[in-house]
Amino acid sequence: MSASRAGKATLAGVVLGLAALTACAKAEPAGKDDGTGPVSVKASDSGCDLSRRDVKAGTSTFSVSNGGSKVTEFYVYADGDRVMGEVENIGPGLKRDLIVELPTGKYQAVCKPGMVGDGIRGDLTVTGDAAPQTSEDALLKQATEGYQRYVNSQAIALEQKTTEFVTAVKAGDVAKAKALYPVSRTYWERIEPVAESFGNLDPKIDARVNDVEPGTEWTGYHRIEQALWVSNSTKGMAKYADQLLVDVKTVVAKAKVVKVTPLQMANGAKELLDEVATGKVTGEEDRYSHTDLWDFEANVEGSQAAVQALRPALQQRDPALVKQLDTNFKTVFAALDKYRDGDGFKPYTATEPEKKTLGAVVDGLAEPVSRVAATIAKK
Amino acid sequence: MTDEKPTPGNRTPATTDRSSGGQASDANTVSGVGSAPSSAVAPAQPGRRRGFSRRGLFGAAGAAVVTGVAGYAAHSALDTQPTQAADNNGPVDFHGVHQAGIVTPVQDRLHFAAFDVTTTSRDDLISLLKEWTAAAALLTAGKDIGQYGAVNGPDEAPPKDTGEAVGLPPARLTLTIGFGPGLFDKRFGLAAKRPKALVDLPHFIADNLDPQRSGGDLAVQACSDDPQVAVHAIRNLARIGFGRVAVRYSQLGFGRTSSTSRAQSTPRNLFGFKDGTNNLKLEEADKLEQQLWVQSEDGPDWMVGGSYLVSRRIRMHIETWDRTSLGEQEAVIGRGKGTGAPLGKADEFDAIDFAAKNADGEPKVPTDSHVRLAHPQFNNGAELLRRGYNFVDGSDGLGRLDAGLFFLAYQRDPRKQFIPIQKQLSRDDKMNEYIEHVGSAVFACPPGVTPGSYWGEKLFS
Repeated sequence: MSASRAGKATLAGVVLGLAALTACAKAEPAGKDDGTGPVSVKASDSGCDLSRRDVKAGTSTFSVSNGGSKVTEFYVYADGDRVMGEVENIGPGLKRDLIVELPTGKYQAVCKPGMVGDGIRGDLTVTGDAAPQTSEDALLKQATEGYQRYVNSQAIALEQKTTEFVTAVKAGDVAKAKALYPVSRTYWERIEPVAESFGNLDPKIDARVNDVEPGTEWTGYHRIEQALWVSNSTKGMAKYADQLLVDVKTVVAKAKVVKVTPLQMANGAKELLDEVATGKVTGEEDRYSHTDLWDFEANVEGSQAAVQALRPALQQRDPALVKQLDTNFKTVFAALDKYRDGDGFKPYTATEPEKKTLGAVVDGLAEPVSRVAATIAKK
Repeated sequence: MTDEKPTPGNRTPATTDRSSGGQASDANTVSGVGSAPSSAVAPAQPGRRRGFSRRGLFGAAGAAVVTGVAGYAAHSALDTQPTQAADNNGPVDFHGVHQAGIVTPVQDRLHFAAFDVTTTSRDDLISLLKEWTAAAALLTAGKDIGQYGAVNGPDEAPPKDTGEAVGLPPARLTLTIGFGPGLFDKRFGLAAKRPKALVDLPHFIADNLDPQRSGGDLAVQACSDDPQVAVHAIRNLARIGFGRVAVRYSQLGFGRTSSTSRAQSTPRNLFGFKDGTNNLKLEEADKLEQQLWVQSEDGPDWMVGGSYLVSRRIRMHIETWDRTSLGEQEAVIGRGKGTGAPLGKADEFDAIDFAAKNADGEPKVPTDSHVRLAHPQFNNGAELLRRGYNFVDGSDGLGRLDAGLFFLAYQRDPRKQFIPIQKQLSRDDKMNEYIEHVGSAVFACPPGVTPGSYWGEKLFS
């Protein structure tokens, strides 16, 4: 549900250090790996080759080059797909670095060609002295830092992809704009509770036609969506495209420095699933393009990112809940699988029984997610 | 005939239950069947009267209602007797300065129906209103309609009264009529009489209205303490109207979501919160004149003493609400869930302190909470008399409760009351996350009917 006030928690704007994620272009000659330098990652449309799969505890650098034809992403996941670090939106032929702090443990290194699905996965082992922090406060601090890194990376990709979308709209390239529309929204939908916390930007960017008050102009993604799919044209859309980019840039700037609390993360995870339940499953969100399932998956991914950032703290307090969350997230993604089409999704024209099935798995996931906040708050 | 006027004393004891009512009805049926209808007019023996159910008196009423028009005139004589029941099953006065069913202490059940007028004849419309008025007077008195009622007519004819209320007490049934904007188009020569206050409601942010559940030329609100009595009333009015009106949509409601009298406790809505704590109450006569009843300076004349009804079908996203934390729920509403007290206060009826702050400097009653945004203090003093109902229409295709609030609010002028309040709510109310307005209508509800008159007579004179 767009233009909602989900997540309108007071988020104080405190500058967040970006140490963990930079995009330096430090070239590292391939094949010259002495076990201490950056890990070189060769990503392609079908592969994800790491120069080595064990690193020392502490700060590691992954130098990702995309030799494939699809835009890709690179993630380091801890248990339960907890995002330790990621670089988004690496175009073909590009090279980006991920610098990430990794405590001792088992991880997965994942490339996601096309930026969707489970990706190409492989183990990553971290050994050495830097012991994982286990005090409650430290775990929650890690959680918020991890989630803020995630928000930050999504925000950067949101701006990049929206810029591409806006460029296509202004160039009158209907086909390209249609292809980019669901992709750029993915980044918005993953961090929606954060984006929504910035007052009136959410309705400007994401209002559906009926969300608009008379006397107020309808702007944003869905305004352009209507033109693209109903009129099959970008005529008259340049000004909305320009406005969208301005508004998105404002959100991105704010999202990069936002400071969230563990409780806000937990509530945001729940709200993202509420969005799926009320807007995506019903097909109301992208009523012209029927690209709802892209948003659907992105909401669930965003929810998962917030929940899994809290995972070590949750694991200490309620391991059974963690297990249930893992299972139910898997169930939702599995339910989405039957609608996948290449790098994206089939148009969402589900029948009532299909919607009911999707709704039921979302409800099944949302119930345990709704218990996360109280579990985190428990002293 | 007036002697047969039902009174609580000779009809049903305050504690009448349905089974005893049914038995009484059977007794009466025996007395009535086989007699000529006219003989049913005066079942005078006290011994037999004592056991009469409400329906037992249909004969008396039925004889009066030979035709619709004659019926309303004749029947009106019945209602010169005091009828306000002391017991909860008793009838509510149909006649009066104002229509019943507005400040009447809110009953437990609702059947609301909106109609499209299908005839283009002004005379047809007037005759319908006359017949409806006559029937409504009988129905609210707890009587069958038609010459023979439900069970005493000829074998060859379908009974005039559909019969499912036989044996049931009046259950405080009220029937309240409203005229929608559509009635004032070109069809019936009423365009010049359309009140300025009967505006078409604007689009509010996030309205997701189903046209099939919105609008209507006429509306009848049936409220009762027994759902079957309310359903019976609407069903019979619809039947009388076939050929002249068609039901556009109707809504069943249960569990009143407000109180209109200080004598009533505050009920809970489907979010589990007390609703209607600060509603307008019938005891506040001055306030009602100021906020509820159309005054002579408001115009038009035919609406003086009437009121404007706004109905909204508000779907509640029950499932997402239910997994919302208690603290968030209370912050959304602005009241405690258990006590109903404003946040920061202890008792339900404590005044809301909008200035009170928490330790962190945030208002105790959040600025985007429902009670704050809906409060007269932030709406130029505007208030509404709400008498909405919970509804659960089973579940939707996704297996979720098709549930919510059928919001009904009466007021003196929607332009100054509902519209500005709802504009503010649709923009900022945190509750919007959990609700969706899916139906909407506005009606001009004329003043009450005097004996010998009919609903809206002044509009057509």
